[in-house]
Amino acid sequence: MNSFVELWVYLSATPLFGLTATLVTYVLAQTVYEHLGHAPWANPVLWTVLTLAVLLTLSGTAYPTYFAGAQFIHFLLGPAVVALAWPLWQRRAELRARAGAVLAAALAGGAAAAGAAVGLGWALGLPAPVLRSLAPKSITAPVAMGIAEQLGGIPALAAAFAVVTGLVGAISAKYLFDALRISQPEVRGFALGTASHGIGAARAMQVHPDAGAYAGLALGVQVVLAALLMPFIARLF
Amino acid sequence: MDALKGLAWLLLAQSAGELLARGLHLPLPGPVLGLLILLATLRWNAVRAPVGAAADVLLGHLSLLFVPVGVGVMTHVGLITQYGARMLVVIVLSTWIGMAVTALVLRSLLRARG
Repeated sequence: MNSFVELWVYLSATPLFGLTATLVTYVLAQTVYEHLGHAPWANPVLWTVLTLAVLLTLSGTAYPTYFAGAQFIHFLLGPAVVALAWPLWQRRAELRARAGAVLAAALAGGAAAAGAAVGLGWALGLPAPVLRSLAPKSITAPVAMGIAEQLGGIPALAAAFAVVTGLVGAISAKYLFDALRISQPEVRGFALGTASHGIGAARAMQVHPDAGAYAGLALGVQVVLAALLMPFIARLF
Repeated sequence: MDALKGLAWLLLAQSAGELLARGLHLPLPGPVLGLLILLATLRWNAVRAPVGAAADVLLGHLSLLFVPVGVGVMTHVGLITQYGARMLVVIVLSTWIGMAVTALVLRSLLRARG
């Protein structure tokens, strides 16, 4: 028993633990998700995060210890943002033809999401640093952290809000779009990518290729628009 | 090999973006500038094929990359116990508003153009 504890103490302190736990849990969650026919509530990010949080709490492992291994996966968020150039390039002809509509929808939706978040948060009495971290919540996590920092928010909190936003969108989008009778896959995908960034886009890619392409496009457009406009708009207040 | 070459291009573009952002004190995050730089270079075949392979791998498993940050939500226990319910209400409602506005605007504009 004692040697088992020693072994655990050794293992959980190496980067190997965080990386292995993240990958293995995600692969399991993804397998279950596929078995359940991509049911929205079975979202693999949600269940991986919950499982790991329980695992870390039960084993008394601190988050920084876990992150020492998980950072190798986290690091890839940066190159993934750069990689969004690819779906933009692939759809460039379509994008040029629909540039006005796509930009207007991205601006309206992005402004509505950020405005509603800050307005509702203010009305419910959330403190200012939390409000400043809420503003970029529809932007993919690594960029949201950068924007929150410029706005005077808390980067780590902004990243957390972005992940929760992504999960809410990925899990509920189907029902919202069905209720609004929005059926075109490209419109559904674009809206999901605009309001729920990478996690929403990942969901869209699994549901329909057109929805996925437009979600990737929305994600790229939103990242550029928000990074350009948000610090500027925040200065007006 | 193509995907590996592509990853090298992605990292190069990101590094160029970070250098530009820091060097010129631009308000854009490095990866976003990297995206724009890469977009400008995709017209070249030598860049396009490997970048496409790497991007398909990275974007195909995009949701995995959010797990470490997601687990980090547990470090905000203090804020969650104090404001958790309100924060969740704000996030859920604003996400629905953002999705609905985007979808309705895009649908009506695409319809108007026929």
